[in-house]
Amino acid sequence: MAGSDHSGSNGVLTRLALHDRHEALGARFAPFAGWEMPLQYEGIVGEHHAVRERVGVFDVSHLARAWVEGPDAAALLRSVTTFDVTTLPVGKAHYSLYCTEDGGIEDDIFLYHLPGDRWLVIHNAANADKDFERLRAVAGDAASEVTPETVMLAVQGPEAVALLSSVLGDGFAGLEQRDCAELDWNGTSVLVARTGYTGEDGGECIVGADHAPALWDAFTEGGATPAGLGARDTLRLEAALPLHGNDIDTTTHPYEAGLGFAVTLDDGAPFTGREALVEAKAQPRTRRLAHLVAKERGVLRAHYAVHEPGTEEPVAHLTSGAFSPSLRLGVGMAYLPVRLAKPGVTLEVDVRGRALPVEVVRRPFYRKPKD
Amino acid sequence: MDHETPEELLYSANHEWLRRDAGSPDEGTIGITDFAQDQVGDVVYLDLPAEGDAVTAGERCGEIESAKTVSDLYSPVSGEVIAANGALEDQPELVNSSPYNEGWMIRVRIADEAELDALLDAAGYRAQLPED
Repeated sequence: MAGSDHSGSNGVLTRLALHDRHEALGARFAPFAGWEMPLQYEGIVGEHHAVRERVGVFDVSHLARAWVEGPDAAALLRSVTTFDVTTLPVGKAHYSLYCTEDGGIEDDIFLYHLPGDRWLVIHNAANADKDFERLRAVAGDAASEVTPETVMLAVQGPEAVALLSSVLGDGFAGLEQRDCAELDWNGTSVLVARTGYTGEDGGECIVGADHAPALWDAFTEGGATPAGLGARDTLRLEAALPLHGNDIDTTTHPYEAGLGFAVTLDDGAPFTGREALVEAKAQPRTRRLAHLVAKERGVLRAHYAVHEPGTEEPVAHLTSGAFSPSLRLGVGMAYLPVRLAKPGVTLEVDVRGRALPVEVVRRPFYRKPKD
Repeated sequence: MDHETPEELLYSANHEWLRRDAGSPDEGTIGITDFAQDQVGDVVYLDLPAEGDAVTAGERCGEIESAKTVSDLYSPVSGEVIAANGALEDQPELVNSSPYNEGWMIRVRIADEAELDALLDAAGYRAQLPED
Protein backbone atom coordinates (compact mmCIF):
# COMPACT_ATOMS: atom_id res chain seq x y z
CA MET A 1 0.00 0.00 0.00
CA ALA A 2 1.48 3.24 -1.11
CA GLY A 3 1.29 6.63 0.50
CA SER A 4 4.04 9.09 1.19
CA ASP A 5 5.75 8.26 4.42
CA HIS A 6 7.46 11.27 5.91
CA SER A 7 7.10 10.07 9.48
CA GLY A 8 9.78 11.01 11.94
CA SER A 9 12.71 8.72 12.57
CA ASN A 10 11.21 7.64 15.87
CA GLY A 11 8.19 6.34 13.97
CA VAL A 12 5.70 7.74 16.49
CA LEU A 13 2.78 9.31 14.67
CA THR A 14 0.74 12.20 15.97
CA ARG A 15 -3.00 11.55 15.96
CA LEU A 16 -5.42 14.18 14.77
CA ALA A 17 -7.77 15.71 17.35
CA LEU A 18 -10.62 14.35 15.20
CA HIS A 19 -9.09 10.85 14.84
CA ASP A 20 -12.15 9.15 16.35
CA ARG A 21 -14.45 10.95 13.91
CA HIS A 22 -12.34 9.71 10.98
CA GLU A 23 -12.16 6.18 12.33
CA ALA A 24 -15.94 6.04 12.81
CA LEU A 25 -16.31 7.07 9.15
CA GLY A 26 -14.20 4.08 8.09
CA ALA A 27 -11.05 6.04 7.22
CA ARG A 28 -7.91 4.24 6.05
CA PHE A 29 -4.98 5.98 7.69
CA ALA A 30 -1.48 6.55 6.34
CA PRO A 31 1.58 8.15 7.88
CA PHE A 32 2.34 11.59 6.44
CA ALA A 33 4.99 13.94 7.81
CA GLY A 34 4.73 12.38 11.24
CA TRP A 35 0.92 12.48 11.35
CA GLU A 36 -1.55 9.62 11.15
CA MET A 37 -3.72 11.01 8.37
CA PRO A 38 -6.93 9.79 6.72
CA LEU A 39 -5.86 8.63 3.24
CA GLN A 40 -9.41 7.82 2.16
CA TYR A 41 -12.84 7.01 3.55
CA GLU A 42 -15.15 5.42 0.95
CA GLY A 43 -12.63 5.71 -1.88
CA ILE A 44 -10.34 8.23 -3.52
CA VAL A 45 -12.22 8.50 -6.81
CA GLY A 46 -15.63 9.01 -5.19
CA GLU A 47 -14.23 11.62 -2.81
CA HIS A 48 -12.55 13.38 -5.72
CA HIS A 49 -15.81 13.60 -7.68
CA ALA A 50 -17.72 14.72 -4.58
CA VAL A 51 -15.40 17.74 -4.33
CA ARG A 52 -15.56 18.51 -8.07
CA GLU A 53 -19.34 18.16 -8.25
CA ARG A 54 -20.65 19.05 -4.76
CA VAL A 55 -18.65 19.62 -1.59
CA GLY A 56 -16.08 17.77 0.48
CA VAL A 57 -14.42 18.37 3.85
CA PHE A 58 -10.77 17.60 4.58
CA ASP A 59 -9.04 17.53 7.96
CA VAL A 60 -5.78 19.32 7.18
CA SER A 61 -4.69 19.84 10.76
CA HIS A 62 -1.26 18.46 9.88
CA LEU A 63 -0.49 21.78 8.19
CA ALA A 64 1.72 23.73 10.58
CA ARG A 65 0.33 27.01 11.85
CA ALA A 66 2.28 29.82 13.46
CA TRP A 67 1.48 33.37 14.52
CA VAL A 68 3.76 36.34 14.01
CA GLU A 69 2.44 39.33 15.90
CA GLY A 70 3.29 42.93 16.64
CA PRO A 71 3.95 46.20 14.83
CA ASP A 72 7.06 44.78 13.16
CA ALA A 73 5.40 41.55 12.00
CA ALA A 74 5.01 42.53 8.34
CA ALA A 75 8.59 43.76 8.08
CA LEU A 76 9.91 40.63 9.79
CA LEU A 77 7.95 38.40 7.45
CA ARG A 78 9.12 40.42 4.45
CA SER A 79 12.71 39.59 5.38
CA VAL A 80 12.16 35.81 5.20
CA THR A 81 9.57 35.36 2.46
CA THR A 82 9.49 36.11 -1.27
CA PHE A 83 6.20 37.98 -1.55
CA ASP A 84 6.00 41.62 -0.45
CA VAL A 85 3.61 41.05 2.43
CA THR A 86 3.78 44.72 3.45
CA THR A 87 1.36 45.45 0.57
CA LEU A 88 -1.15 42.82 1.69
CA PRO A 89 -4.25 44.52 3.16
CA VAL A 90 -5.76 43.47 6.46
CA GLY A 91 -8.25 40.67 5.84
CA LYS A 92 -6.38 39.20 2.88
CA ALA A 93 -4.44 35.94 2.46
CA HIS A 94 -1.61 35.34 -0.02
CA TYR A 95 0.63 32.54 -1.24
CA SER A 96 4.38 32.96 -0.77
CA LEU A 97 7.65 31.04 -0.59
CA TYR A 98 10.56 30.56 1.73
CA CYS A 99 13.74 30.36 -0.32
CA THR A 100 17.30 29.39 0.48
CA GLU A 101 20.14 31.87 -0.12
CA ASP A 102 20.58 30.06 -3.45
CA GLY A 103 17.00 30.77 -4.46
CA GLY A 104 15.81 27.17 -3.97
CA ILE A 105 12.33 26.70 -2.55
CA GLU A 106 12.49 25.64 1.09
CA ASP A 107 8.70 25.69 1.46
CA ASP A 108 5.57 27.17 -0.01
CA ILE A 109 3.36 28.92 2.52
CA PHE A 110 0.16 30.90 3.00
CA LEU A 111 0.05 34.18 4.89
CA TYR A 112 -3.13 35.54 6.51
CA HIS A 113 -3.13 39.23 7.50
CA LEU A 114 -5.48 39.74 10.44
CA PRO A 115 -6.43 42.90 12.33
CA GLY A 116 -4.12 44.14 15.08
CA ASP A 117 -0.80 43.37 13.32
CA ARG A 118 -1.39 39.64 13.55
CA TRP A 119 -0.22 37.27 10.82
CA LEU A 120 -1.01 33.60 10.62
CA VAL A 121 1.46 31.59 8.56
CA ILE A 122 0.62 28.11 7.17
CA HIS A 123 3.57 25.77 6.60
CA ASN A 124 3.77 22.28 5.11
CA ALA A 125 3.83 19.63 7.82
CA ALA A 126 7.08 18.08 6.61
CA ASN A 127 8.83 21.45 6.99
CA ALA A 128 7.18 22.53 10.23
CA ASP A 129 10.25 22.58 12.45
CA LYS A 130 12.68 24.34 10.14
CA ASP A 131 10.02 26.82 9.01
CA PHE A 132 9.23 27.76 12.57
CA GLU A 133 12.94 28.14 13.29
CA ARG A 134 13.12 30.55 10.35
CA LEU A 135 10.39 32.69 11.91
CA ARG A 136 11.90 32.44 15.39
CA ALA A 137 15.27 33.56 14.06
CA VAL A 138 13.86 36.91 12.96
CA ALA A 139 10.81 37.38 15.18
CA GLY A 140 11.89 35.76 18.46
CA ASP A 141 9.00 35.53 20.90
CA ALA A 142 6.73 37.39 18.47
CA ALA A 143 6.44 34.03 16.69
CA SER A 144 4.39 31.26 18.29
CA GLU A 145 3.21 27.82 17.12
CA VAL A 146 -0.47 26.91 17.34
CA THR A 147 -0.61 23.60 15.48
CA PRO A 148 -1.48 21.17 18.27
CA GLU A 149 -4.19 23.29 19.91
CA THR A 150 -6.18 23.98 16.77
CA VAL A 151 -7.81 21.98 14.02
CA MET A 152 -7.83 23.06 10.37
CA LEU A 153 -10.63 21.98 8.05
CA ALA A 154 -10.87 22.64 4.33
CA VAL A 155 -14.35 22.73 2.78
CA GLN A 156 -14.08 22.62 -1.00
CA GLY A 157 -16.32 22.29 -4.03
CA PRO A 158 -18.97 24.17 -5.99
CA GLU A 159 -21.37 23.94 -3.02
CA ALA A 160 -18.70 24.80 -0.42
CA VAL A 161 -19.34 28.52 -0.10
CA ALA A 162 -23.06 27.90 0.43
CA LEU A 163 -22.31 25.30 3.11
CA LEU A 164 -19.69 27.45 4.84
CA SER A 165 -22.11 30.39 4.80
CA SER A 166 -24.95 28.32 6.24
CA VAL A 167 -22.74 26.94 9.02
CA LEU A 168 -20.71 30.06 9.83
CA GLY A 169 -23.23 32.73 8.90
CA ASP A 170 -23.08 36.02 7.06
CA GLY A 171 -19.50 36.59 8.15
CA PHE A 172 -18.39 33.96 5.71
CA ALA A 173 -20.93 34.78 3.02
CA GLY A 174 -19.41 38.28 2.71
CA LEU A 175 -15.88 37.04 1.99
CA GLU A 176 -14.32 37.45 -1.45
CA GLN A 177 -11.61 35.15 -2.88
CA ARG A 178 -8.58 35.03 -0.56
CA ASP A 179 -10.26 37.11 2.14
CA CYS A 180 -9.66 35.99 5.70
CA ALA A 181 -11.47 36.86 8.92
CA GLU A 182 -12.17 35.75 12.47
CA LEU A 183 -15.81 34.88 13.06
CA ASP A 184 -17.79 34.06 16.17
CA TRP A 185 -19.35 30.63 15.97
CA ASN A 186 -21.18 28.96 18.85
CA GLY A 187 -19.31 31.05 21.38
CA THR A 188 -15.85 30.46 19.95
CA SER A 189 -13.64 32.15 17.38
CA VAL A 190 -13.12 30.52 14.01
CA LEU A 191 -10.46 31.81 11.66
CA VAL A 192 -11.72 31.46 8.10
CA ALA A 193 -10.27 32.15 4.69
CA ARG A 194 -11.65 31.70 1.21
CA THR A 195 -8.69 29.59 0.14
CA GLY A 196 -7.94 25.97 -0.71
CA TYR A 197 -5.81 23.47 -2.56
CA THR A 198 -8.20 21.72 -4.92
CA GLY A 199 -8.92 24.12 -7.78
CA GLU A 200 -12.44 24.57 -6.43
CA ASP A 201 -14.06 27.43 -4.59
CA GLY A 202 -14.39 27.01 -0.85
CA GLY A 203 -12.70 27.89 2.36
CA GLU A 204 -10.47 26.81 5.18
CA CYS A 205 -11.31 27.09 8.87
CA ILE A 206 -9.12 27.00 11.96
CA VAL A 207 -10.84 26.32 15.26
CA GLY A 208 -9.82 25.30 18.77
CA ALA A 209 -9.55 21.53 19.13
CA ASP A 210 -12.32 21.52 21.76
CA HIS A 211 -14.84 22.98 19.30
CA ALA A 212 -13.57 21.06 16.29
CA PRO A 213 -15.85 17.99 16.56
CA ALA A 214 -18.94 20.21 16.45
CA LEU A 215 -17.65 22.10 13.43
CA TRP A 216 -16.72 18.87 11.60
CA ASP A 217 -20.20 17.49 12.33
CA ALA A 218 -21.83 20.69 11.08
CA PHE A 219 -20.04 20.29 7.75
CA THR A 220 -20.68 16.57 7.33
CA GLU A 221 -24.30 16.85 8.46
CA GLY A 222 -24.64 19.77 6.07
CA GLY A 223 -23.74 17.47 3.17
CA ALA A 224 -19.94 17.60 2.87
CA THR A 225 -18.35 14.28 1.89
CA PRO A 226 -15.34 13.48 4.10
CA ALA A 227 -12.29 13.40 1.82
CA GLY A 228 -8.77 12.20 2.56
CA LEU A 229 -5.22 12.92 1.48
CA GLY A 230 -5.60 10.66 -1.57
CA ALA A 231 -8.31 12.84 -3.11
CA ARG A 232 -6.52 15.98 -1.97
CA ASP A 233 -3.53 14.89 -4.05
CA THR A 234 -5.48 14.10 -7.24
CA LEU A 235 -7.46 17.35 -6.89
CA ARG A 236 -4.41 19.54 -6.42
CA LEU A 237 -2.61 17.79 -9.26
CA GLU A 238 -5.52 18.36 -11.68
CA ALA A 239 -5.42 22.02 -10.62
CA ALA A 240 -1.63 22.00 -11.34
CA LEU A 241 -0.86 23.16 -7.81
CA PRO A 242 2.66 22.10 -6.84
CA LEU A 243 3.36 19.91 -3.83
CA HIS A 244 6.47 20.83 -1.88
CA GLY A 245 8.85 17.88 -1.64
CA ASN A 246 7.62 16.58 -5.02
CA ASP A 247 7.30 19.37 -7.58
CA ILE A 248 9.25 22.06 -5.78
CA ASP A 249 12.14 21.84 -3.33
CA THR A 250 15.48 23.44 -2.57
CA THR A 251 16.84 22.30 -5.97
CA THR A 252 14.14 24.20 -7.91
CA HIS A 253 13.69 27.96 -8.15
CA PRO A 254 10.36 29.81 -8.34
CA TYR A 255 10.68 30.95 -11.96
CA GLU A 256 11.20 27.53 -13.47
CA ALA A 257 8.37 26.22 -11.26
CA GLY A 258 5.95 28.82 -12.62
CA LEU A 259 5.74 30.53 -9.24
CA GLY A 260 7.17 33.91 -10.19
CA PHE A 261 3.87 35.50 -9.10
CA ALA A 262 4.84 34.73 -5.49
CA VAL A 263 8.14 36.65 -5.72
CA THR A 264 8.36 40.45 -5.37
CA LEU A 265 11.67 41.95 -6.44
CA ASP A 266 10.70 45.46 -7.53
CA ASP A 267 10.24 46.81 -4.00
CA GLY A 268 13.99 46.39 -3.53
CA ALA A 269 13.50 44.99 -0.02
CA PRO A 270 15.98 42.38 1.09
CA PHE A 271 14.80 38.84 1.87
CA THR A 272 16.46 35.45 2.09
CA GLY A 273 17.34 34.34 -1.44
CA ARG A 274 16.72 37.70 -3.12
CA GLU A 275 20.13 38.05 -4.77
CA ALA A 276 19.97 34.57 -6.27
CA LEU A 277 16.42 35.18 -7.49
CA VAL A 278 17.36 38.49 -9.14
CA GLU A 279 20.01 36.57 -11.06
CA ALA A 280 17.72 33.63 -11.82
CA LYS A 281 15.05 35.92 -13.17
CA ALA A 282 17.55 37.65 -15.48
CA GLN A 283 18.92 34.39 -16.87
CA PRO A 284 17.16 32.50 -19.64
CA ARG A 285 15.32 29.46 -18.27
CA THR A 286 17.00 26.11 -18.92
CA ARG A 287 13.98 24.07 -17.84
CA ARG A 288 10.40 24.62 -16.89
CA LEU A 289 7.83 22.66 -14.88
CA ALA A 290 5.65 21.20 -17.61
CA HIS A 291 2.29 19.48 -17.50
CA LEU A 292 1.87 16.13 -19.23
CA VAL A 293 -1.28 14.22 -20.19
CA ALA A 294 -1.18 10.58 -21.29
CA LYS A 295 -2.43 10.02 -24.82
CA GLU A 296 -3.26 6.37 -24.16
CA ARG A 297 -4.62 4.45 -21.21
CA GLY A 298 -2.21 4.24 -18.33
CA VAL A 299 -1.26 5.89 -15.09
CA LEU A 300 1.64 8.28 -14.57
CA ARG A 301 3.41 8.19 -11.23
CA ALA A 302 6.13 10.27 -9.59
CA HIS A 303 9.74 9.32 -10.52
CA TYR A 304 8.87 7.70 -13.87
CA ALA A 305 11.37 8.66 -16.59
CA VAL A 306 10.37 10.99 -19.45
CA HIS A 307 11.97 10.41 -22.86
CA GLU A 308 12.00 11.98 -26.26
CA PRO A 309 10.51 9.28 -28.51
CA GLY A 310 13.13 6.73 -29.50
CA THR A 311 15.89 7.97 -27.21
CA GLU A 312 17.50 6.10 -24.35
CA GLU A 313 18.52 8.91 -22.04
CA PRO A 314 15.63 10.41 -20.07
CA VAL A 315 15.10 14.17 -20.41
CA ALA A 316 13.38 14.35 -17.01
CA HIS A 317 11.56 12.39 -14.33
CA LEU A 318 8.00 13.02 -13.22
CA THR A 319 7.80 15.03 -10.01
CA SER A 320 4.14 14.07 -9.53
CA GLY A 321 1.78 11.78 -11.37
CA ALA A 322 -1.63 10.21 -10.95
CA PHE A 323 -4.71 9.02 -12.70
CA SER A 324 -6.92 12.07 -13.11
CA PRO A 325 -10.46 11.05 -12.13
CA SER A 326 -11.91 14.09 -13.92
CA LEU A 327 -10.05 13.54 -17.22
CA ARG A 328 -9.93 9.73 -16.85
CA LEU A 329 -6.33 9.93 -18.05
CA GLY A 330 -2.88 9.77 -16.55
CA VAL A 331 -1.45 13.22 -15.74
CA GLY A 332 1.91 14.32 -14.39
CA MET A 333 4.43 17.11 -14.05
CA ALA A 334 8.13 17.22 -14.90
CA TYR A 335 10.90 19.79 -15.34
CA LEU A 336 11.51 19.65 -19.08
CA PRO A 337 14.23 21.40 -21.07
CA VAL A 338 12.61 24.62 -22.36
CA ARG A 339 12.74 23.41 -25.96
CA LEU A 340 10.35 20.57 -24.96
CA ALA A 341 8.24 22.41 -22.39
CA LYS A 342 5.78 23.64 -25.01
CA PRO A 343 2.12 22.69 -25.40
CA GLY A 344 1.68 20.09 -28.12
CA VAL A 345 5.10 18.46 -27.76
CA THR A 346 4.81 14.66 -27.62
CA LEU A 347 7.08 12.65 -25.35
CA GLU A 348 7.09 9.19 -23.80
CA VAL A 349 6.94 8.13 -20.18
CA ASP A 350 8.46 4.83 -19.15
CA VAL A 351 5.56 3.19 -17.30
CA ARG A 352 7.28 0.15 -15.83
CA GLY A 353 8.81 -0.81 -19.17
CA ARG A 354 5.99 0.40 -21.43
CA ALA A 355 6.54 3.60 -23.45
CA LEU A 356 3.36 5.61 -22.82
CA PRO A 357 2.94 8.61 -25.17
CA VAL A 358 2.23 11.88 -23.38
CA GLU A 359 1.57 15.41 -24.58
CA VAL A 360 2.64 18.68 -23.00
CA VAL A 361 -0.43 20.78 -22.18
CA ARG A 362 -1.13 24.19 -20.65
CA ARG A 363 -1.89 24.22 -16.93
CA PRO A 364 -4.19 23.45 -15.25
CA PHE A 365 -5.22 19.95 -16.27
CA TYR A 366 -8.75 20.59 -15.03
CA ARG A 367 -10.63 23.85 -15.18
CA LYS A 368 -13.96 24.43 -13.49
CA PRO A 369 -16.85 24.70 -15.93
CA LYS A 370 -18.02 28.31 -16.27
CA ASP A 371 -21.30 29.14 -14.57
CA MET B 1 -14.42 -5.63 7.76
CA ASP B 2 -15.97 -8.78 6.32
CA HIS B 3 -14.84 -9.74 2.87
CA GLU B 4 -16.68 -12.14 0.62
CA THR B 5 -14.95 -15.45 -0.11
CA PRO B 6 -17.30 -17.61 -2.21
CA GLU B 7 -17.06 -21.29 -1.28
CA GLU B 8 -16.92 -22.62 -4.84
CA LEU B 9 -13.66 -20.83 -5.78
CA LEU B 10 -9.99 -21.64 -5.39
CA TYR B 11 -7.64 -18.99 -4.06
CA SER B 12 -3.96 -18.08 -4.15
CA ALA B 13 -2.02 -16.57 -1.27
CA ASN B 14 -1.51 -13.56 -3.58
CA HIS B 15 -5.28 -12.88 -3.39
CA GLU B 16 -6.31 -14.12 -6.81
CA TRP B 17 -9.30 -16.42 -7.28
CA LEU B 18 -9.90 -19.11 -9.88
CA ARG B 19 -13.30 -20.44 -10.95
CA ARG B 20 -13.53 -23.74 -12.83
CA ASP B 21 -16.52 -23.93 -15.08
CA ALA B 22 -18.53 -27.15 -14.96
CA GLY B 23 -18.90 -27.21 -18.74
CA SER B 24 -15.19 -26.89 -19.55
CA PRO B 25 -13.13 -28.13 -16.64
CA ASP B 26 -9.79 -27.39 -18.30
CA GLU B 27 -10.62 -23.69 -18.34
CA GLY B 28 -10.49 -21.29 -15.43
CA THR B 29 -11.61 -17.71 -14.86
CA ILE B 30 -9.28 -15.53 -12.79
CA GLY B 31 -9.74 -12.33 -10.83
CA ILE B 32 -8.71 -10.71 -7.56
CA THR B 33 -10.51 -11.26 -4.28
CA ASP B 34 -12.84 -8.93 -2.42
CA PHE B 35 -10.08 -8.47 0.17
CA ALA B 36 -7.58 -7.57 -2.57
CA GLN B 37 -9.84 -5.00 -4.28
CA ASP B 38 -10.50 -3.43 -0.89
CA GLN B 39 -6.77 -3.20 -0.19
CA VAL B 40 -5.78 -1.65 -3.52
CA GLY B 41 -8.71 0.79 -3.51
CA ASP B 42 -10.39 2.34 -6.55
CA VAL B 43 -9.08 0.53 -9.63
CA VAL B 44 -8.49 2.99 -12.48
CA TYR B 45 -6.60 0.97 -15.11
CA LEU B 46 -5.66 -2.64 -15.82
CA ASP B 47 -2.86 -3.99 -17.96
CA LEU B 48 -3.96 -7.56 -18.65
CA PRO B 49 -2.34 -10.25 -20.79
CA ALA B 50 -3.84 -10.72 -24.25
CA GLU B 51 -5.54 -13.73 -25.75
CA GLY B 52 -2.87 -16.26 -26.69
CA ASP B 53 -0.35 -15.12 -24.08
CA ALA B 54 1.16 -17.77 -21.84
CA VAL B 55 0.94 -17.30 -18.07
CA THR B 56 2.85 -19.15 -15.38
CA ALA B 57 1.62 -20.06 -11.91
CA GLY B 58 2.89 -17.59 -9.31
CA GLU B 59 4.36 -15.23 -11.90
CA ARG B 60 3.41 -11.68 -12.75
CA CYS B 61 1.01 -11.50 -15.69
CA GLY B 62 -0.44 -8.00 -15.43
CA GLU B 63 -0.80 -4.79 -13.48
CA ILE B 64 -3.60 -3.29 -11.47
CA GLU B 65 -3.42 0.49 -11.18
CA SER B 66 -5.52 2.00 -8.43
CA ALA B 67 -5.93 5.64 -7.50
CA LYS B 68 -3.18 5.31 -4.96
CA THR B 69 -0.83 2.56 -6.09
CA VAL B 70 0.14 -0.01 -8.70
CA SER B 71 -0.03 -3.72 -7.86
CA ASP B 72 1.02 -6.81 -9.77
CA LEU B 73 -1.43 -9.43 -10.94
CA TYR B 74 -0.09 -12.95 -10.55
CA SER B 75 -1.53 -15.94 -12.31
CA PRO B 76 -2.63 -18.69 -9.93
CA VAL B 77 -2.10 -21.33 -12.66
CA SER B 78 -0.01 -21.92 -15.78
CA GLY B 79 -1.66 -21.95 -19.17
CA GLU B 80 -2.76 -19.99 -22.18
CA VAL B 81 -4.97 -16.90 -21.98
CA ILE B 82 -8.16 -17.51 -23.96
CA ALA B 83 -9.92 -14.24 -23.05
CA ALA B 84 -9.38 -10.97 -21.18
CA ASN B 85 -12.29 -8.99 -19.79
CA GLY B 86 -12.68 -6.13 -22.29
CA ALA B 87 -15.35 -4.48 -20.14
CA LEU B 88 -12.63 -3.45 -17.70
CA GLU B 89 -11.11 -1.09 -20.29
CA ASP B 90 -13.97 1.34 -19.85
CA GLN B 91 -15.14 0.23 -16.44
CA PRO B 92 -12.13 -0.78 -14.32
CA GLU B 93 -14.26 -0.01 -11.26
CA LEU B 94 -16.08 -3.33 -11.84
CA VAL B 95 -13.11 -4.91 -10.06
CA ASN B 96 -14.21 -3.04 -6.93
CA SER B 97 -17.96 -3.37 -7.28
CA SER B 98 -18.09 -7.00 -8.47
CA PRO B 99 -14.73 -8.68 -7.87
CA TYR B 100 -16.04 -12.25 -8.38
CA ASN B 101 -18.36 -11.68 -11.33
CA GLU B 102 -18.30 -8.69 -13.66
CA GLY B 103 -14.81 -7.79 -12.46
CA TRP B 104 -13.19 -11.01 -13.69
CA MET B 105 -9.87 -10.43 -15.46
CA ILE B 106 -8.75 -13.34 -17.64
CA ARG B 107 -9.81 -16.84 -18.70
CA VAL B 108 -7.04 -19.39 -18.99
CA ARG B 109 -6.73 -22.87 -20.51
CA ILE B 110 -5.16 -24.72 -17.60
CA ALA B 111 -1.94 -26.47 -18.63
CA ASP B 112 -1.40 -28.67 -15.59
CA GLU B 113 -4.30 -29.60 -13.38
CA ALA B 114 -1.90 -30.73 -10.65
CA GLU B 115 -1.06 -27.07 -9.99
CA LEU B 116 -4.56 -26.57 -8.63
CA ASP B 117 -3.60 -28.65 -5.59
CA ALA B 118 -1.35 -25.83 -4.47
CA LEU B 119 -4.30 -23.41 -4.30
CA LEU B 120 -6.42 -22.81 -1.22
CA ASP B 121 -10.08 -23.50 -0.68
CA ALA B 122 -12.28 -20.72 0.72
CA ALA B 123 -11.71 -21.77 4.34
CA GLY B 124 -7.97 -21.99 3.81
CA TYR B 125 -7.88 -18.56 2.16
CA ARG B 126 -9.99 -16.98 4.90
CA ALA B 127 -7.66 -18.44 7.51
CA GLN B 128 -4.65 -16.62 6.10
CA LEU B 129 -6.33 -13.21 5.77
CA PRO B 130 -5.18 -10.69 8.36
CA GLU B 131 -7.68 -10.30 11.17
CA ASP B 132 -9.36 -6.92 11.19
